[in-house]
Amino acid sequence: MSKTEFQCNAQTERMGARRLYDWVDQRTGARSLLRHILDERIPGGARWAYVFGSGLVCALFIQAITGVALALYYVPAAGTAHETVAYLTKQVWSGSFIRGVHAYGSHFIVLLLFAHVIQTFFYGAFKNRREILWLSGVCLFLLMLGMAFTGYLLPWDQRSYFATMVGTNVIAEVPGAGPLLKRLLRGGEEMGTLTLSRFYTLHILVLPGLILSLIALHVCLFRRAGPAGTPEDDLMKPRRPSQPFYPRQLLMDAGFALALVLGLVGLAHFLPITLGPEANPASTDYIPRPEWYFLPMFQWLKYWQGPRAVIGIVIVPSLVLILFASVPFLDRRYERRARKRLLSVAGFVLPLAVLALLGALSYRDDRVDPRVRLQLEHQKDEEERYMKQPFAPALGATSLANTVPPSPEVAAGRKVFLAHQCNFCHGDNATGTAAAPRLVGIGEQLSTEQLMGLIRKPNARMTAGKMPAFVGSDDDLHAVVTYLLSLR
Amino acid sequence: MATQRATLVTVSEGESGKLTTLVERRSFLAILFSTIAAAFAAVCALPLARYIAYPLYAAGSRGHWVDIGPVSDFTSTSEPVRKLVNIEHVDGWQQTVSQQAVYVTRDANGSFLALSSVCPHLGCSVAWQSQSKTFVCPCHGGCFAPNGSRISGPPPRGMSALATRIGGGRLSIQPPSA
Repeated sequence: MSKTEFQCNAQTERMGARRLYDWVDQRTGARSLLRHILDERIPGGARWAYVFGSGLVCALFIQAITGVALALYYVPAAGTAHETVAYLTKQVWSGSFIRGVHAYGSHFIVLLLFAHVIQTFFYGAFKNRREILWLSGVCLFLLMLGMAFTGYLLPWDQRSYFATMVGTNVIAEVPGAGPLLKRLLRGGEEMGTLTLSRFYTLHILVLPGLILSLIALHVCLFRRAGPAGTPEDDLMKPRRPSQPFYPRQLLMDAGFALALVLGLVGLAHFLPITLGPEANPASTDYIPRPEWYFLPMFQWLKYWQGPRAVIGIVIVPSLVLILFASVPFLDRRYERRARKRLLSVAGFVLPLAVLALLGALSYRDDRVDPRVRLQLEHQKDEEERYMKQPFAPALGATSLANTVPPSPEVAAGRKVFLAHQCNFCHGDNATGTAAAPRLVGIGEQLSTEQLMGLIRKPNARMTAGKMPAFVGSDDDLHAVVTYLLSLR
Repeated sequence: MATQRATLVTVSEGESGKLTTLVERRSFLAILFSTIAAAFAAVCALPLARYIAYPLYAAGSRGHWVDIGPVSDFTSTSEPVRKLVNIEHVDGWQQTVSQQAVYVTRDANGSFLALSSVCPHLGCSVAWQSQSKTFVCPCHGGCFAPNGSRISGPPPRGMSALATRIGGGRLSIQPPSA
């Protein structure tokens, strides 16, 4: 192909693309819309400080994609939630990675939210008729925390179960409607299957719907008000010229988004997220700890007990929230420079500092108390041990083990197993819990005599794990061993 | 980089040059963005595609032999014997059992022939009609001979024959993956 021919072809192709673009533009106005978006002028020029908003949109987009992927395998019910998360984490290709991106993504979003709010505050970018813009942002902030709270329960492992138990108990402290609210959120008095479906519905339908519509409002209001730009410049006599959004700011936004995705992918790959053993409501020594962003609240609640609790749990947080929401109504002067509005800055920084301090105190408390520290380490070990176990498919309701009626001896043994509360620690179908190991297939490792001996007189390791000696009759012992041997 | 240097040169060429520069720079950046974004999407899409496609590659249950009873149950030569078999298989994250009906009959040589009751047309369950001595599919009227071969109707072929095995006086079959 000669050079001219090549150029001609390239030109024809460009013409083709141009004509298609013209065709679309005439019907949608895409060109003027794009120009409107890209050419928006930023007073004082592009800055790295402005990347957090678009970073949030990018992170939310990633959450949406990975969330849809997780929903492909997840089944939200008490009997299946943990099993399906274990399946997708341990068995499904790239499952651990996808789940990792989603979990780390939630941390990133909380960090970005803080960064976005702090930037907006210090730049005074909430001023000049942007009150509703700020309020929509406050609502988004709360909704995102709601996403973090509802999503946390879904894996239904020890950690998420007990943390949510505490979290929902806090709601009961609201005077008057509290207990009712708690029951409504849990779908009953106790946490269970209905709690999971409620949290799941909130997490994948209600909250994302609200968030999406509020983001649309937030962005529209932002476009209407225009970028506030740098606070240092005088709007009338700017020292620094304004710049269009494209290309510099877009390049910065894209660079930041790239770094975000790289960070997420790297974390999910090199520090895989763990899953603990299935939630066992019977375990009494589990110490629940919320995620870092709820730690300050968690620590704060420790100081408020008894009848005064309502002050700490309801009144103070509500006041802080009202203060946060009314920032543009309290700090109303034209002045945007942070150093010229010290009172406002102090009112903003102080609560933030208290939050950070509370978080640090909570962290320290857990390291100082040796009992707590040991238990937390033990819980971490347990998670790691659980992660190393290969995935074993659950016995579905229609599996042979559950549909073929057991022999009378096996049925009698199962009765003994339940009567002596072996199921409290070993699970209803002896499939194991956080407190005690799985007994399915134990017959392949131990003989009848060995099993009988160990149940009658547990060895040192079993005793350390709080396994009591069996006190029933020899017939019962024989029956329970028959039952255990039937499990495969 | 080369493009950027080129644009710097054109800047000095006056007003019309500036305009082309702006356009060129825009398209250069657009190409840069889309290349990075596309490369990135590809890297992230790979795990996602693997994740979504996993069930297609997950092990099926083919290869299991299922005992369907003593050979003496299947001595009738006039009528195929209908048997319900429990097929245990891994269904996603759980072990389940699905029931399938199979027909056991004998072929011309007298050896056992196990036929799947699933119609090869669109998957309805085929029933044996003792008056007409044929298998008839209730959905679209597909008709099969006692040995499973197609007689009439829309099915593209005869009924699927399943592998059989005799051991210890009992008959086993190999069901299709459930």
